Amino acid sequence: MLNGDIMERIEAIKKIAESLNDELVICNIGFPSRELYYVKDSPTHFYMLGSMGMASSIGLGLALSQKRKVVVFDGDGSVLMNMGTLVTIFSQNPENYILVVFDNQCYGSTGSQCTYTTEVDLHQIAKSVGFKNTFVFEEEIKFKEVLESKGPVFVHMKVKPGNADVPVIDMEPEEIKERFMEEVKRNP
Amino acid sequence: MDSSETVYKALKGAGIDFVVSLPCVNLGKVMELVDCDKDIIHVPVTREEEGFGICAGAFLGGKNPAILMQNSGLGNSVNVLASLYELYRMPVLMVMSHRGTEGEFMGAQIPMGKATPGVLDALNIAYINPKTHEEALKVIPEAWILSKTALAPIGILLEIPFWK
Ligand SMILES: Cc1ncc(C[n+]2csc(CCOP(=O)(O)OP(=O)(O)O)c2C)c(N)n1
Ligand SMILES: [Mg+2]
Repeated sequence: MLNGDIMERIEAIKKIAESLNDELVICNIGFPSRELYYVKDSPTHFYMLGSMGMASSIGLGLALSQKRKVVVFDGDGSVLMNMGTLVTIFSQNPENYILVVFDNQCYGSTGSQCTYTTEVDLHQIAKSVGFKNTFVFEEEIKFKEVLESKGPVFVHMKVKPGNADVPVIDMEPEEIKERFMEEVKRNP
Repeated sequence: MDSSETVYKALKGAGIDFVVSLPCVNLGKVMELVDCDKDIIHVPVTREEEGFGICAGAFLGGKNPAILMQNSGLGNSVNVLASLYELYRMPVLMVMSHRGTEGEFMGAQIPMGKATPGVLDALNIAYINPKTHEEALKVIPEAWILSKTALAPIGILLEIPFWK
């Protein structure tokens, strides 16, 4: 069961985003991207507006293609939709890859319908796939330790269901992509 | 040069440096050639949809990505092609073994084989089906230039007779 003291997702996103500088972020579709955009915008952020499930895979391709550290902000529902990619990530073994799963035990962005993470533990799944460096955070986040760990790293971030009242992202998809690619090129 | 060596040579000619793959009987040798090439990052995937996600990340990271897949995998990838590739305008070279075409020996391949061109049309994805090795060597690099210029995926459909 969820502990009463766990954070809202937006608070966890804010804490983690504030501890990042040069890392590249791939952020999941729906409210997670809106919340990240609201608390902190940066050219290092790629906001997804579609393709549910693909955040972890996009992050993998990016991590294998350049040297900078890649942090993926994913959701429990999305990881469940594309679970095979955990196996690919582990097998490809990218040292510069961190997968953060904001687990609110629901499809938050569509009205908080339950996911099966009420029954299964994503952290145990990641460990059984083979991930060596894994973290579980509930009331506090020690992201510095995560950044110092050798990838691939799996972070199980438990958060409350519900979405913050934040506006939609007022950037065109192409603008998001082009700004991000410029940033990658600036310092590969 | 056999058909697999031709496809590999065409990928090299196109400047492809990042390949994701999921096998078809026809693709086994191309995958081996790609895997042995130190200048190509090769990522075998568990599902084609995931492969398209990985290729999109590779493109964001500055690579020239291609996917080696069976046409059945197109059915696994419709949403990512629409709501990632079309939405953000990204290129990828889709090299597909097109089963269920002339000379198919497995009835099970026919439904998706027949649906494939229609699915590509519905997604507004241009595709070419080179019939000969010479044609493949010429059109595959051209197709990648087109994909990168138009910022859209492009399909290469290699039907059963091509692999004979
Ligand atoms: C293929 C597909 N199925 C369903 C949806 C609708 N949808 C958008 S966001 C979302 C929930 C995602 O849940 P999760 O990954 O747990 O993220 P959360 O919003 O809970 O942070 C769903 C079901 C979609 N966009 N695409
Ligand atoms: Mg969720």
